[in-house]
Amino acid sequence: MFSYCTDPSTLEGFSWLSCYLTTGKHMAFYQSFGIVLVLLAITAPVALMFGFAGATAARSRIWPISLLGKSYTAIVRGVPDIAFFMFFVIALDQGFEYLRHKVKCSDWSEPIRQGNDFVVCAQAKLPLSTSPQWVHETYGFALAVLTFAIVFGAFAANVLFGAMKAVPRAQLETAEAYGMSPRQTFWRIMVPQMWVYALPGLSNLWMILIKATPLLFLLGVEDIVYWARELGATKTARFSDYPHGNWNAYYFGGLLVFYLMLTSISERVYKRLSLRLSHGQATAAGEAQRKAAT
Amino acid sequence: MSCVQTIQDYAFRSIGFGERLLPRDDYTLCEHFTLIGSGMIWNIYFGLIAILFGFFAATGLALAKNSSSARVRKPAEFFIYVFRGSPLFIQMFFAYAVFLSIKQSVPGFSLLTSAWLGAAIVLFLNTTAYSAEIFFGALQSIPKGDLEAADAYGITGWTRFKRIIWPSMMRLAWPAYTNEAIFLFHATALVYFSGFPVWQQRGDALYYASYFADKTFNPFIPYPILAFYFILLTLAVITIFGRIGKRLNRHLPQAVVRRPSFMRTLFR
Repeated sequence: MFSYCTDPSTLEGFSWLSCYLTTGKHMAFYQSFGIVLVLLAITAPVALMFGFAGATAARSRIWPISLLGKSYTAIVRGVPDIAFFMFFVIALDQGFEYLRHKVKCSDWSEPIRQGNDFVVCAQAKLPLSTSPQWVHETYGFALAVLTFAIVFGAFAANVLFGAMKAVPRAQLETAEAYGMSPRQTFWRIMVPQMWVYALPGLSNLWMILIKATPLLFLLGVEDIVYWARELGATKTARFSDYPHGNWNAYYFGGLLVFYLMLTSISERVYKRLSLRLSHGQATAAGEAQRKAAT
Repeated sequence: MSCVQTIQDYAFRSIGFGERLLPRDDYTLCEHFTLIGSGMIWNIYFGLIAILFGFFAATGLALAKNSSSARVRKPAEFFIYVFRGSPLFIQMFFAYAVFLSIKQSVPGFSLLTSAWLGAAIVLFLNTTAYSAEIFFGALQSIPKGDLEAADAYGITGWTRFKRIIWPSMMRLAWPAYTNEAIFLFHATALVYFSGFPVWQQRGDALYYASYFADKTFNPFIPYPILAFYFILLTLAVITIFGRIGKRLNRHLPQAVVRRPSFMRTLFR
């Protein structure tokens, strides 16, 4: 990075550290913090969509659909999330390849599961073995996002289901009295009002989501945990220009601080948001605001 | 090999009894069930240890956070903030790295890096922080009347805590504490994926489930079995905690369901 970094073995103290912290691998490490933030930014809305779909399904009057919605939330909540992460990444991958195999190689006669192997034709491989490295990485990341969205969608469905129930019945009855159809009542009356009831649960969920992001490492994505392990491990002079002992504790200490910052910023944003959302609402918080203003 | 034979060989494999070699090929359903169930021993062990010790530590920590003296309150707040604000996964990695360096510089601490002690300590500290926050919230919402009644009867000090504050705190905190216990048992699945090494392939349920999934390329058998065991465990936790919760609330007026007798509904 800097001009004096050409021969690291002659450096000492601060200049050694400045060179050490700007090596190519460290740059990749810093970029992987971006991966975590991108994951959060994509997963949160997708999970919310899954949750909305799940909650609506659970409320459905057609019982197979409501059973589907309810068992989705119940099963995902009853099992450790880490087990789901490890399951879905393989299951989704095999599912996609199976579908592509059925479409692209319909003349293939051999069975797909041969003993302990999962065999699909070469054109059905995802991603194709000829595709460049970044496609493989993006595919892995997309699988991870989908897995996160499925798992956290179940939690969100539970929160939104409760929030929909919490909307005062009188509001819905008024809408019906005005002659709104069930669909109109749902979209115009219930959905706009449910957010203030859902907010505490959703903020809690956001915190859990932040704290689940290191599990990306288990899904094979090169995230901050991967790089921290890689960079913190003992380096000897034979393999590295910057030999050092086992520095894992420092790297993971740094990650700990990063996550603490992320959660405390979120907490502050949540406080502001709940203040904003309860403005003018018929809840205790809204009432307190009204009294303070007069 | 019959299923009884498999159970004899592998039921206690995770704690080092029985057959040393794991199955290599022709994985049967029986082997799946037995080995993953054997791994559950570790999950239950970690969960129980952390809950048992964490419960008492959390009570103390909640009281410390409620203290009026800043010298007592601030460290408790900081401890809770650190453990609730960061992922357990990172805490495990960090703790393992720290334990490793302690072991290298101070002799006699070599046990810390083995999962049964090191990971149990991390889980204990983690659940202490979460439970303390729950207990603190309960402590804040103890009905004022209870404390005034205690004052009126002249109950003070330790007796006041033991007879009045603590039972009310438990009663109010119990539903949330049940949730925390469930999440703790789920969190025990992280142990062998976060730095702590698996010694002689004696792992927990998730370790064996992922072992089978890696070998057979078929996630649809081992993971549902794992889910089955964890749902059983969750139901057991809910049942036990529900019993305790009922006992804690037994002095309160219960909603009496009076069923009209059959004859009375018939002739009215």
